[in-house]
Amino acid sequence: MNILGSLFNSSIGKKILMALTGLVLVGFVTGHLLGNLQIFLPPQKINAYGHMLESLGIGLWLVRFFLLACVVVHVWVAIQLTRENSAARPMNYGVNHTNRASLASRVMARTGLVVLAFLIYHLLDFTFRVQHPEWSRHSFALADGTLVRDVHTMMVQGFSRPGVAFFYILAVGLLSYHLAHGVVSLVQTLGFKNERWTRGLECFARVYCWGYFLLNAAIPLAILGGWVKAHV
Amino acid sequence: MVASTPAKKLFSVTLRVWRQASPAQLGKFVDYPAHNVSPDMSFLELLDVVNDGLTVSNDEPIAFAHDCREGICGTCSCTINGKPHGPGKGVATCQVYMRSFQAGDVIVVEPFRATAFPIIKDLVVERSAFDKIQQAGGFISARTGAAPDANSILVSKAVADLAMDAAACIGCGACVAACKNASAMLFVAAKVSHLGLMPQGQPERDRRVLAMVQTMDEAGFGNCTNQYECSAVCPKTITHDFIARLNRDYVGALFRSKLQPVSASAGGGA
Repeated sequence: MNILGSLFNSSIGKKILMALTGLVLVGFVTGHLLGNLQIFLPPQKINAYGHMLESLGIGLWLVRFFLLACVVVHVWVAIQLTRENSAARPMNYGVNHTNRASLASRVMARTGLVVLAFLIYHLLDFTFRVQHPEWSRHSFALADGTLVRDVHTMMVQGFSRPGVAFFYILAVGLLSYHLAHGVVSLVQTLGFKNERWTRGLECFARVYCWGYFLLNAAIPLAILGGWVKAHV
Repeated sequence: MVASTPAKKLFSVTLRVWRQASPAQLGKFVDYPAHNVSPDMSFLELLDVVNDGLTVSNDEPIAFAHDCREGICGTCSCTINGKPHGPGKGVATCQVYMRSFQAGDVIVVEPFRATAFPIIKDLVVERSAFDKIQQAGGFISARTGAAPDANSILVSKAVADLAMDAAACIGCGACVAACKNASAMLFVAAKVSHLGLMPQGQPERDRRVLAMVQTMDEAGFGNCTNQYECSAVCPKTITHDFIARLNRDYVGALFRSKLQPVSASAGGGA
């Protein structure tokens, strides 16, 4: 069996795949957040940023396919692992006792499923714009006169729908909770964690997850609260 | 003069024990009241006393695994109130004393539960899956004959201590029993690290980790989700840091086994 086959077919291999794809996706959501925070700057910033990404052309699609592959592997391996884990303990104990497994670690599948559902909705809504095709037609003139797609207006109009904003905040909340276990867990799975610096790592993960949640939630809240307004 | 020991207050508890006559039959919890329990009794002694009563009344005694009763053999295997080896940190079931309980407690006693550890009878489970994992790679090859000179192979104190931490594993299976996924990774990690840290364990290091993990997977254990329930109940307090080390060792061995050059006469013998 080749290396990839061994990774997909062994317990530790599957864990490594979860950790590596998880690491890529953590990197993506972090970069995505940093890009989105430009909504708090004048509209030309985020519109120029969106234009820069779209002008990557084939490169953008390669990155998108790579990220999609990571999501597929992460979900596929998670299903395998979950099935194996429940088969390994078919009968529960009469007394359900937990020594120290965190709640976040015990609800990974559930938080993951909500995040996956949100991801699909989010792509349909903002990337493919199926509900509001007119978002593809709004254009914005940059300082040099280039006409680009108006991401700013799309975000403001998108998050002005309270239901969508609520689902967004819920999903990033659960994603942060998912990462509260995931970020520390992936370091253990990749074999680098030990007790000498676990406290520091856990501290970093807590700050990262709270920061990720609050900064993400600030975007729809600022739009709903009227602090970020449409520029037209 | 020796101070007289004050009389310990005896108390009563109820044992709620999993009874299962054979692997094929369904099991159920049965309550056994126990009176005149001394706080100085060990938990297994209480089971002995309850079994004496059952024998006198012509009932089937509770089957439970035990041997050394001093926490070094890894034979005892009860889950007490949902925690493998019961209350206390770094103790096996045989080192649990009745002073850990209160008068009137209902103490729920169950076998270790895992597909890879099928129940034989009552509280006794089959743990030969661990033997199979050990046979797959838990050994070194050494010269027989006269004993080598002491210290002819140098091992630093730090490495020796770390290897000894892993070697403390008594193979009781509590890690599997405590894990939400019935994973055996703490056991395998301890065995792989104990030998893999030592110079004597290097020749088989890669083959060992690959073979032991493969045997573990085939035995039907679950997968580690890094919740560290295992190390929380380990009677030898073996740390889950060894699982991180196992993961690292496994990946390195996997890549080396697939990518390193092999001799053209590999397998041909001398």
